[in-house]
Amino acid sequence: MNDIAKQLLKEVSGLEELPKGAYNIRDNSQSVARQSSENIEIVGKKDKSGIDIIVKPNTKSESVYIPALVSCSGVHDLVYNDFYIGENADVTIIAGCGVSTGNSCDGSEHNGIHRFFLSKNSRVLYVEKHIGVGTGTGKRIIDPVTEVEQEEGSYMEMETSQIKGVDSTKRLTKAKLKANATLVIKEKLMTHGDQIAESSFEVDMNGEDSSVNLISRSVAREHSKQTFISKINGNTRCMGHSECDAIIMDHGVVKAIPEITANSLDAMLIHEAAIGKIAGDQMIKLMTLGLTESEAEAKIIDGFLN
Amino acid sequence: MLKLENVSFEVENEKEILKDVNLTIEKGKFIAITGPNGGGKSTLARVISGVIKPTRGKITFNGEDITNLSITERAKRGISFGFQQPIRFKGITVHNLLNVAAGKDLSVMEASQYLSEVGLCAKDYINRELNAGLSGGEIKRIEIATIIARNTILSIFDEPEAGIDLWSFNHLIDVFKKMHSNKEVSIIIISHQERILDVADEIIAMVDGAIIKRGAKDSVLPELLHCEDPLNCLNCQDIVEA
Repeated sequence: MNDIAKQLLKEVSGLEELPKGAYNIRDNSQSVARQSSENIEIVGKKDKSGIDIIVKPNTKSESVYIPALVSCSGVHDLVYNDFYIGENADVTIIAGCGVSTGNSCDGSEHNGIHRFFLSKNSRVLYVEKHIGVGTGTGKRIIDPVTEVEQEEGSYMEMETSQIKGVDSTKRLTKAKLKANATLVIKEKLMTHGDQIAESSFEVDMNGEDSSVNLISRSVAREHSKQTFISKINGNTRCMGHSECDAIIMDHGVVKAIPEITANSLDAMLIHEAAIGKIAGDQMIKLMTLGLTESEAEAKIIDGFLN
Repeated sequence: MLKLENVSFEVENEKEILKDVNLTIEKGKFIAITGPNGGGKSTLARVISGVIKPTRGKITFNGEDITNLSITERAKRGISFGFQQPIRFKGITVHNLLNVAAGKDLSVMEASQYLSEVGLCAKDYINRELNAGLSGGEIKRIEIATIIARNTILSIFDEPEAGIDLWSFNHLIDVFKKMHSNKEVSIIIISHQERILDVADEIIAMVDGAIIKRGAKDSVLPELLHCEDPLNCLNCQDIVEA
């Protein structure tokens, strides 16, 4: 890995050296480092680019790192990663993608297709951070697709963040939940310049007492545009909640499109959306505590996206 | 310490909210401002803290003309302002806000101390977000804790008792007494509560944008309420406000 790749690796996953346990580090469409652990096996796909991550049943408190980096311009990376989580396993997956185009006018993109298969009573915490760096005009594009299938009693929590530097992103997350399965998605997004971000969720709650909670907090600055689409289908006795909270600044535009469908009398579905500029009273309060206007603004946004 | 000279505030095409207010607050004084709703008390507090600029007049703080200074500049010179209706923030925790107020990163122990002073069990609140999950009374006490954490030479509280239950209110009086024990600091409290008026050095009565009387409680309240019997003043006030 070159220095740019090492810097990207640190920013998206916090790694300064190879971690203990299982990991796969991808740089410019190639796996550059890989290790399996006793309970987590990582194998390369034979028919296409990507890996299978197989977690043994009853694996407890283990982590696996799978960062993907694009440290050169002109790279168009497409990867398929499948996660098979055994029964009663409890693991943390640290993903993330960093795209650097340096000072080039050639763009780069990374498109990750992730599929998760959670067995009964398994738990997954999935943490994913996207960043883009570079001073050239080349566009940095990240278009992730995530598909989740949850068996009975499984729990999945996804924490995704994209705070800077990605010019265009189109995220699609689909999930199917069986009985007593729970899905929690916490998305944090900040766009600036002329960036465009679209985040779509399609969740089917098919099993009784399944639940989903989608929480999006975003800030759209300058001339950036964001769209948040949440489609939740309650097909039985279940509970669904989606929340889009957005701060708009400068000429930023945020669109929230809910589509909640109750196909059962016992489905309880809620969508909340609040979009607006920073409240003047919040600025005044922090200024009475001694912050300048710009410090107050930064504090409010930092807290909001924290 | 603080001097207002001929301070007025009016909104265009509407009535004058402050009318030629002259006021001096000396170092170490605890002043309570009271009077009927709409009398200009909150506007006066906002003018002093810089939240709004007077349309006429001059404000001097520690010998410096601060009339045209911003909210931030006044805060940095030592003016604190506790809002009547505290502001909520998504994502900012109680500990975060206390750090901002103190101007440094407080340890958990230090931050907890400020919360304890306002009667909040620190472990239940220190990591809470200042969002709609907090009750009116809880967020009000946190607001007061931020003013204590600032430790400035002038603290202004706009109706600190609003939303606070009776048990906590007793504690609140002790908070103000403790602040007042430091003779280097001045306190201005806007309040209708007789027990706060009791512990103040002086009462200022404001009616219709003007200060109509300043002095000891027993001399101010009868005039404010046109009531001969100070003991029954609060009853009179209820009648006036009804």
